[in-house]
Amino acid sequence: MTGTPFDLQLLNLCAALLLLLSFAMLAQRRIVTLVNLLAVQGSLLLVATLLLAWRTGERHLYLSAALTLALKVVLLPWMLHRLIRRLQVYWDTEPLLNISGTMLVGLVVVVFAFGLAQPIAALASTATRNAIGIAVAVILLSFVTMITRRKAMSQVVGFLSMENGLFFGAMSATYGMPMIVEFGVALDVLVAVLVLGIFFFQIREQFDSLDLHHLESLNEYQSRRSTPAQKET
Amino acid sequence: MEFLLLLTAPLCGALLLGILGGRRWAAELNGAISLVTFLAACALTARVVREGSLLIAHEVFFIDPFNVFLVTLTALVGLTTALFSRPYMRVEMDHGRVSARRLRLYHSMYQLFMATMLIALTTNNMGLLWVSMEAATLSTVLLVTLYRTPASLEAGWKYFILCGVGIAQALFGTILLYFAAEKVLGAEGVTALLWTHLNAVKGQLEPTVLGLAFVFLFVGYGTKVGLAPLHNWLPDAHAEGPTPISAVLSGLLLNVAIYAVVRCKVLVEGSLHSSLPSRVLMTFGLLSVVLAAFFLWRQRDIKRLFAYSSIEHMGIITFAFGMGGPVANFAALLHMTVHSLTKSAIFFTVGHAAQKAGSQLMDDIRGLITLSPTIGWGLMLGSLAILGMPPFGVFASEFLILTTAMREQPWAAPILLLALGVAFAAIFGRIQPMVFGETTGKRLKHPPALLPVFTHLAMVLVLGVYIPPYLADWYRAAARLIGGE
Repeated sequence: MTGTPFDLQLLNLCAALLLLLSFAMLAQRRIVTLVNLLAVQGSLLLVATLLLAWRTGERHLYLSAALTLALKVVLLPWMLHRLIRRLQVYWDTEPLLNISGTMLVGLVVVVFAFGLAQPIAALASTATRNAIGIAVAVILLSFVTMITRRKAMSQVVGFLSMENGLFFGAMSATYGMPMIVEFGVALDVLVAVLVLGIFFFQIREQFDSLDLHHLESLNEYQSRRSTPAQKET
Repeated sequence: MEFLLLLTAPLCGALLLGILGGRRWAAELNGAISLVTFLAACALTARVVREGSLLIAHEVFFIDPFNVFLVTLTALVGLTTALFSRPYMRVEMDHGRVSARRLRLYHSMYQLFMATMLIALTTNNMGLLWVSMEAATLSTVLLVTLYRTPASLEAGWKYFILCGVGIAQALFGTILLYFAAEKVLGAEGVTALLWTHLNAVKGQLEPTVLGLAFVFLFVGYGTKVGLAPLHNWLPDAHAEGPTPISAVLSGLLLNVAIYAVVRCKVLVEGSLHSSLPSRVLMTFGLLSVVLAAFFLWRQRDIKRLFAYSSIEHMGIITFAFGMGGPVANFAALLHMTVHSLTKSAIFFTVGHAAQKAGSQLMDDIRGLITLSPTIGWGLMLGSLAILGMPPFGVFASEFLILTTAMREQPWAAPILLLALGVAFAAIFGRIQPMVFGETTGKRLKHPPALLPVFTHLAMVLVLGVYIPPYLADWYRAAARLIGGE
């Protein structure tokens, strides 16, 4: 590794670990661990952002690192853990595809992601352009996580991990988005988790479970309900 | 300043109604805030007509002929829907379907939803556009699940996940757009995501990156437009939420999503110098029209029927924007206006009809004309208007789109015509017995006030017969803008 400065090597290490984490999430069925993995993913993002901020001297990256710390490392995992405790959902049921099958799909997805990122990386002038492929892979792997899971909670973790992947992609391709946009996105993510919290309690109240197979009766043709309102007398 | 009022009125309204929204007079307050918003929109329009395009607040917001007409339309339908929702939600409360607390949530979120749509329409920043589109989804998720029935929870969950994932694709597209723009405009400040700046340099943007960005942006915002095959959330969200929300989702949110798609298309087309964006828009537009037309036959729930009709019309609009050119763009803009007015009017009458019948199933709704002539005629005229019958404005825009298609894309015209015919038969066959069928129900003593319905239909009728010259100029200016001149 002659010629690659030490901090860049660290950054690449972060990127590689992020990819590894995505696979770990793909395989993990314990929801508490899944949330912990999400927190670790957030911390890795934080480290990567700080390294990049130090390397490039871009001031707004420090701000976005602070945002990552507050939101992705502390607040969101804490909120999710609280939700898990109060709703008592600890395990996901067997995923739609078994673990080894999912892993194989994941491998194909990663190859596809690197292919997709090739033209972008070729044009990028940032020091971190090699990481763009990894970011795309993280996004697509989170997508696979969402598709193969049954529990609402795991789908949400997949959703947030996808957002992390997008954030990492923005960072490695362009050293982050303009601050106003980053703030807006962070706000949206926060509100989304709040709304979901409320939403989970509603689902729970109705079905006594967070298993999504209860939510599969609406189809293209009709709704399950026949009488939406009481008859007016 | 009109613009400040336009955005602060619904935002403050959301806060205020978040505190007071459960009171007896909250519905009147909701209407008053919507009226203020509408007046601000009118003043803003007058100013744009007088002074031309505006750039506001360090170019973060901008108003041009394209978005100012959508702003006015949004504020108008927002106002009439607020007027409609006052008696509607009161009846729902008397039936015990919503409590005072949920009514508070409803009113507050209604205003927040209006605010996010207005921000999405007026912002110059492609990133902020994304943020406000996502915020619009979030503010309506809890409205779709307002009744807390199993079906509504399912609809809300589907809405959240599908639109959330869809719009995440749009964020990636936005990142790619920024990536391409940064090379030309530099990363200093935030100018690299401002649409006006991007539009000025669109010829220099890297075509490969922009092509990729367009695919992601189209999938993302296209999901929100309800284009096939990512339309699954739309009928559920429309059918299970309260009817005023169906009206604004269908009449306004879909328009805003199309607006986002068109803004992206203008940029990408200028960079690619190829017909890729046009072809993508035409293909998926046509696919949605055909799919929706055939799904219309299988519907039993009246709100789902009209939700599929919305998918069909969104497909027509997308197809027309895909064809491009001054006439097709003009027709698409006109179609956005008349669809939004007609569809919300239909949802108003459907809301009353379903409330009276106590069911959304079409088999349970019969003989509306005997029960209440205003509801019966409202539904009949609204359906005829949305099906494109001659005196109404939908006919004018569909006629323009079809004739342009015959000239420019002859392969598509028969498909479009067939789908329109199928949709006509499906909807008319369902509506006819609902309006004129036999009923054992008694005539209503108090005819419901359907002023918003007939106002909308009258406007659609006027637009079909005669488009006022200033409005036509306005559409033409917008069509030119979209054409990239």
